[in-house]
Amino acid sequence: MNAYAVAASVTDPEMPMLTLEDLGVLRDVRESGGKVVVTITPTYSGCPAMATMRDDLVHRLTDAGYAARVEVALSPAWTSDWITEHGRRALREHGLSAPGPAPTRNGPIPLTLLPTARAVTCPRCGSARTDLTSEYGATACKALYRCSECAEPFEHVKEI
Amino acid sequence: MSHSTPDPNEEHGSVYDGLLGTDTSQWAFGTDFEDPLAGVDTTVPDDLDAAELAAYCLALADDALVMSHRLSEWCSNAPDLEEDIALANIALDLLGQARLLLARAAAADASLVPALPDGSPVPVEDALAFFREAIDFRNVRLVEVANGDFAHTVARLLLFATVRLAAFERLAGHRDPVLSAIAAKGVKELTYHRDYAGRWFLTLAQGTEESRRRLLAGLTALWPLYAELARAYDAGPEVDVVLDQVFAVSAVERPEVAPMAGSGHTEALSRMLAEMQVVARAHPRGLW
Repeated sequence: MNAYAVAASVTDPEMPMLTLEDLGVLRDVRESGGKVVVTITPTYSGCPAMATMRDDLVHRLTDAGYAARVEVALSPAWTSDWITEHGRRALREHGLSAPGPAPTRNGPIPLTLLPTARAVTCPRCGSARTDLTSEYGATACKALYRCSECAEPFEHVKEI
Repeated sequence: MSHSTPDPNEEHGSVYDGLLGTDTSQWAFGTDFEDPLAGVDTTVPDDLDAAELAAYCLALADDALVMSHRLSEWCSNAPDLEEDIALANIALDLLGQARLLLARAAAADASLVPALPDGSPVPVEDALAFFREAIDFRNVRLVEVANGDFAHTVARLLLFATVRLAAFERLAGHRDPVLSAIAAKGVKELTYHRDYAGRWFLTLAQGTEESRRRLLAGLTALWPLYAELARAYDAGPEVDVVLDQVFAVSAVERPEVAPMAGSGHTEALSRMLAEMQVVARAHPRGLW
């Protein structure tokens, strides 16, 4: 397996249904003469999963026979738009709601005092009758929702 | 009847085997640290003064670090589980901003970093967070005063996130590419923080008589520290637009209280640091 394929198969420690490639945090894999430099980018500034991602990448690449180093890219900042179609399908199959398009802006960012307007459908029953419970969840990247149809609570990956 | 203590090393080995991996140093604060700016080019552009840039990043870092710590004090104490989780998440975002900014400051001006004993594995950002005295912290006083009730925290977060977001939108165009990248990333996080605080501000203001009373008390207590915050971040009219928008829908007037005199810090910071830094300072080599 080439180095890119090994790195791309490493999964996110907090959402293990996604590979780092699905999540869009894998930015670059450079290989030369058995040495590999992988570049990843944090989803959020304080993402505590970065250290585990780095360790998992190094271990998997070492097992595959590469001398690996992991670097960080801060720019451009990660956006939820980088989650692949495959990743979005995996999220839904595991009961999570995938993010809509990230907000684009011209000029100052407007304040939003009403609950964030999103077209969120329940990943369990498909109903569009869903209510936001909280903009923050078990990880920085998720909001909490509840389905009014089947009453199931679920997580929504936020748009950033 | 007596029980003999089972020897943990017998047959199955110690239950603690494996916890440390191959690291035998028993480092107290985690293992295997890595520079949060690993691979990032931290060369200061020629047209910038490295010491000035470092001091500026340090001030931005200290605001985030101290505010993060105050927010984290709510963990397990917030009015309900959702707010507990929300405040912890916001604290985590700010801690991440602080870590990146501290590392950026240290890379631009190594003389800022306190000296530690030889062989200490403490990375530069932790040396700056845990081994400086209160007098060397550059944060504004608004973030350091002790927590009050939830309404006080909401008022503080609204003022802080509004001012910091406006500044970060501007800093995303900074000539230092590292600061610019940290700011561009922070903008996305601060947008959520400001919306969260703005919604709660409105909810508490227009909620019950008691929630309104508490919100106004919190805002009035913090307002003397607002001028210093606005000055530190060069807050322009765009900040007033946002605050006036929240105040208007909440039917709240700007408090008429004078700015707090002086500069530097209140004694609240040394108390906070005493608790935050005690373990690290007791074990500067991280060994026990």
